[in-house]
Amino acid sequence: MMGTNVSLEENFQAYVDGENKVEPKDWMPEKYRRTLIRQISQHAHSEIIGMQPEANWITRAPSLRAKLILLAKVQDEAGHGLYLYSAAETLGEPRETMISDLQSGKAKYSSIFNYPTPSWADMGTIGWLVDGAAIQNQVMLTRTSYGPYARAMVKICKEESFHQRQGYEVVMKLAQGTPEQKAMAQESLNRWWWPSLMMFGPSDDESPNSAQSMKWKIKRKSNDTLRQEFVDKTVPQVEYLGLTVPDSDLKWNEARGHYDFGVINWDEFYNVVQGNGPCNKERIAHHVEAHEEGAWVREAANAFAQKQAQRKKNTGAAA
Amino acid sequence: MSGGWLSGKKSQFTKEEALKEYFKFLADDALVLGQQLSRWCSKGPVLEQDIAIINTSLDHIGRARLLYQELATLEGGETTEDSLAYFRDHQEFRNALLLEQPNGHWGDSVVRSFFIDTFNFFLYDGLRHCENPVLAGIAEKSVKEIAYQAQWSAEWVIRLGDGTEESHEKVQKSVNDLWMWTGELFEKHPVFEKLGSSFIDFSTLKTEWLEKVTLVLETATLQIPDPESWMQTGGRLGVHTSHLGFILAEMQSLPRTYPAASW
Repeated sequence: MMGTNVSLEENFQAYVDGENKVEPKDWMPEKYRRTLIRQISQHAHSEIIGMQPEANWITRAPSLRAKLILLAKVQDEAGHGLYLYSAAETLGEPRETMISDLQSGKAKYSSIFNYPTPSWADMGTIGWLVDGAAIQNQVMLTRTSYGPYARAMVKICKEESFHQRQGYEVVMKLAQGTPEQKAMAQESLNRWWWPSLMMFGPSDDESPNSAQSMKWKIKRKSNDTLRQEFVDKTVPQVEYLGLTVPDSDLKWNEARGHYDFGVINWDEFYNVVQGNGPCNKERIAHHVEAHEEGAWVREAANAFAQKQAQRKKNTGAAA
Repeated sequence: MSGGWLSGKKSQFTKEEALKEYFKFLADDALVLGQQLSRWCSKGPVLEQDIAIINTSLDHIGRARLLYQELATLEGGETTEDSLAYFRDHQEFRNALLLEQPNGHWGDSVVRSFFIDTFNFFLYDGLRHCENPVLAGIAEKSVKEIAYQAQWSAEWVIRLGDGTEESHEKVQKSVNDLWMWTGELFEKHPVFEKLGSSFIDFSTLKTEWLEKVTLVLETATLQIPDPESWMQTGGRLGVHTSHLGFILAEMQSLPRTYPAASW
């Protein structure tokens, strides 16, 4: 028995090493399945909780065009959440379980959404930096070993790239606008820059799940590599806008061919992850409240569907 | 009008003024409803319906933009779609009072949508043949979206009415509470006489609307309130409820704080 398992796992590793996609009905190690459920549901939750900081500005968007773009963006995120919940369901995890794990705090979501959005500029900065950082990660995931997840990522990446351009456009309008608008953009950048770098997760030697995920080709680049790529790509964009990166240690390192940057405040990171961010409680409370307020509506829809099915059956029997 | 709370409101219009008023009726209805529905974002009873209701909000705001763009052309000068949305105060808005009523619970919002979607369906279907080519074009584009909205909201009224005892009671109360705001949709207004008959006179839509609403409420096993009961009025003349003040204060806050900025 033991021997069979080892050989199944060896076969699986060889299959993955051969750059083949794992499909829902294929045999997979239980730990691979659990890792994917954790990661995909966490990703889905991030899309859903991520709706809140942006929904916060829909009613106050400063032009009708901006309002439409923001609404459409948040709607895309809801769609991504739905798509990802479905991908996780292919691994045998029901959506209700994932939702209750989110609400109980058992499941996590991207910690960046535990920061508030007091400024309209945040609608630009989130699109530009937060979606930008997410894309850095997600482009890698289009080649992840689990088929349904990889395919979901292809679609999601296309829309996220669009969001990132829209976000950059919002910031650009502010940066090129009145002095108050430019200050608004800088203030927002100051607040989001470091949390965006934290999005890639702890350094490689501090990241507990990374090595196994790399081996299974769920993950294909290390946290530090992705973070460096993001910094290298984003710094010129900040400069183009005439804004300043809030990091006095930032400078181009000719020898490495990369930017050197300052030390991330990991104390803040771990505290926000563990529930001490400014909005952790608010985000979950909002989700729970909407879920509870919708309970009677879901019950009504189920009751009606059952009545309809019964009526159809009765009509069928009569005929 | 004299002797009541609508005293002193303008009742004589030139043809040019009448056309602008007509565009305001349509555009302000669409904007105020779209703004209200957008509040549901991240608060829907289930993810699929969160997406569905945001979708209707997007349609309404999209339609409002097209209508404001044409109204801005008619107004001329510095007027833009955004100056119309962000720099007018409550007394300049011409939306029906129904649309500024609070979202309430899911049942309240879907009944409000059902009443206006059904009205919009007959209105925009008729406006496809309007002599004003811009309006006819907007109607042609919008009527497909509106047909979907009307179906979506009617289906929810039926589901809630014929769902559980709790949902039945809740949505019956929504219907009863919102009913007094529906009469205004079909009021005679002096601008209709100034415009050609291809500009649908809203009062001509009442029979069709009532037939459709009756059918859906019956299917939903709900009671139909008395169509002859006392109805509220004022929106088409710029006399609003307190709710509109808060809706505008929130919506307009940023452009009014930084009037020199463009976004």
